[in-house]
Amino acid sequence: MSESVALAPMSKVWQRHTLRQKMARTALWLVIAIAVMLSLRSINVIWEFLWDAPEQMMDMGRRMWPPDMAYYPKTVHAALMETFHIATLGTLFSMVFALPLSILAAHNITPHKGLNLFAKTMLVSSRSVNSLVWALLFVAVFGPGPLAGAVAIAFRSIGFVGKLLGEALEEVHFGAIEALKAAGATQTSQILYGYWPAVKPAFWSIMLLRWDINIRESSVLGLVGAGGLGMVMNAAIDTFQWNRVAVILLTIFAVVVIGEVVVTFFRRRLI
Amino acid sequence: MAVVLSIKGLTKSYKPGVPVLKGIDLDFEERGLTAIIGSSGTGKSTLIRIINRLIDPSDGSILFKGLELSSIEGRHLREARRRIGMVFQEYNLVERLSVMENLLTGRLGYVSPMNAWRRKFPPEDVAHALELLDVIGLADFAHQRADSLSGGQRQRVGIARALMQRPEILLADEPTSSLDPKTSVEIMELLKSQGVNNGIPVVVNIHDVELARRFADRIVGMTGGRVVFDGPPDQLSDDHLKLIYGGEGWLQ
Amino acid sequence: MTQPGAQAFPRIPAGRRQPFHSSWQVKLLALLVAAYAVYALGQLDFSYDRFIRGLDNGARFLSRMFPPSYKNWDQLLTGFIESMEIAVLATFFGVLLSLPIAILGARNLMPAWATWPARLIVTLCRAFNPVIVAIVFIKAVGFGALAGVLALVVASIGFVGKLFMEAIEEISMKQIEAVRATGAPFLSVVTYGVLPQVIGRLVGFCTYQLDANLRNSTMVGIVGAGGIGGALFAAFQRFEYDFVLAILITIIAVVLLGEFASNYVKRIFHV
Repeated sequence: MSESVALAPMSKVWQRHTLRQKMARTALWLVIAIAVMLSLRSINVIWEFLWDAPEQMMDMGRRMWPPDMAYYPKTVHAALMETFHIATLGTLFSMVFALPLSILAAHNITPHKGLNLFAKTMLVSSRSVNSLVWALLFVAVFGPGPLAGAVAIAFRSIGFVGKLLGEALEEVHFGAIEALKAAGATQTSQILYGYWPAVKPAFWSIMLLRWDINIRESSVLGLVGAGGLGMVMNAAIDTFQWNRVAVILLTIFAVVVIGEVVVTFFRRRLI
Repeated sequence: MAVVLSIKGLTKSYKPGVPVLKGIDLDFEERGLTAIIGSSGTGKSTLIRIINRLIDPSDGSILFKGLELSSIEGRHLREARRRIGMVFQEYNLVERLSVMENLLTGRLGYVSPMNAWRRKFPPEDVAHALELLDVIGLADFAHQRADSLSGGQRQRVGIARALMQRPEILLADEPTSSLDPKTSVEIMELLKSQGVNNGIPVVVNIHDVELARRFADRIVGMTGGRVVFDGPPDQLSDDHLKLIYGGEGWLQ
Repeated sequence: MTQPGAQAFPRIPAGRRQPFHSSWQVKLLALLVAAYAVYALGQLDFSYDRFIRGLDNGARFLSRMFPPSYKNWDQLLTGFIESMEIAVLATFFGVLLSLPIAILGARNLMPAWATWPARLIVTLCRAFNPVIVAIVFIKAVGFGALAGVLALVVASIGFVGKLFMEAIEEISMKQIEAVRATGAPFLSVVTYGVLPQVIGRLVGFCTYQLDANLRNSTMVGIVGAGGIGGALFAAFQRFEYDFVLAILITIIAVVLLGEFASNYVKRIFHV
């Protein structure tokens, strides 16, 4: 903004932006408008269905009520436990891989451009592929079942945990590390006694956050055959048993709420 | 001189039973700078904020040119606020807007939200703003963002924003407390001269007694939520100051 | 919290923790986590044998993925265009709806009767994974891109709405007070007092959400809500793993491009 002062001699007209800023903004708005218009025109949508949607939703709601509570102890509970195991094991696995990758990605610990780039590429690839897509891959590798789900969750989480942890490592105050170096500490003890204490709160908070997300994500992996609640839900939807679907949705909602409470509690204790 | 603003029996308690203002009666005439002095926590700030209803009074009346301010709501309150300029201790500029946009904020009460959003202000408002920028000596800063200015510059912009409203009274809540002594004097000079030039009364909360003596036409001393002195500066004696601030060691 | 400096003395008073020495609670926790991991692995039917077989499978799988095949590039292109359309529309309408909801839900601007319904909407939108929401919308509006757009609109409200609400609650009320004192109507208070303080973060949230929607739009297709996910799922079912890899590479490339684009947009808005 400061350059505009030099550019625009004060006349009696006041302009909010310089010409260049104006053009950049107008161009951006134009791009947004064109993108939205083009998408609206060419997307394959039958608009009548949209106007019909409220009625369809009402109909679905009616068929869901009352939820088939008896279904919970029979099937849903076991699937819920499986979902929980998938999420927790996946989070633990991801920790094992994310820690070394984040160290390699942090340029202040690993002053090697090639290694940084390698680690960052791995992390980006992990993050770009959705957990459901990872699940598809691992169902093809390990066959249908929760194992594929846990590995999929782990592979999706590596990028998330590794990126955030790497950034936390890069923000570690240099002075403390320098002091350790001056005392003759090895690279390993610099990491253990310099970096680790500094990022420990961030690490636990990242892991908790990811665990919370993983609980939600693992509830849908079953839709592609990777175990957990999603499998039960798929079966119920395929057989149009909406009052069972309702039980599963309620279960997921309850789990999300409980997960949020647990995470808030631990965050207060740990950090 | 005619009375512009008349406060009668004004009380305010944030917690029931603990009044901060215990029955204030004050009249302000159409000219002159009034300084309200008193130690912190004595209700000066509450008093000045009640006038334009940033704080709601508990009881009492505030009559502003025949309009009862204490009970109006909604559009009527907004229309009343347009006529009252306010200067804040910490300037309260919108940091990420330019100086010019901050000045034009003073006209928001007169411009429709749609036009305000598109920054379409009447040309006379823009001309007025440029004039005021000249007056406060910041003509070259119109495009600068408010957060790039020094404290003294910000407070000038704060005053100019209030003047943009073409107010019928100017209120200032501790306008110099965050500034160095030299800048404080300049700000007080600006407030005084603008009051005179625009023919409007100025009410300033201030805890610096010397500044108050130097610039005020009238001093109101408050302590414990009551007015304990009201008169011209030359009548303000050390005894009054002891009454207002308590103790005497600080007077030497 | 014990200060590191206080621990640096040679003699450690009784009851003080040894420097850099993990307490028994931490050890117990680690032990419990390890025990849990073993138990959960058993529950998930994980065995060494199966793992080795999986690795075998994986090797075969990988060899069938290479080299990636772009011979169905037209299918890839149409799928991607649809995914992008879904992401653009979902972000646009999602953000558009988030703004009023976030302002209504901000406790520093609004009374309780406005904040709690707004907060409830945001919580509900956040609770369910986009895939589950997509399934529900598929039942309501049929298979295709519309269901995907609606599902991601819901997800966008949950994310942008929540963050934007929090951003508004963190603004300086002094600036608001000053704008109010000029007699400005509520909408002008929003445009002059609230927006300038949060616009930078809002642009950040929007570009992040566009990014997230692009990733998620590849996922909703798996359950039939349009976009590249459909092609991906079909390729899996037809065992065309070389086409799968081609799609995955394109997804990663597009996500990376999106990251560059969002950085550029942030520069235009001076964030």
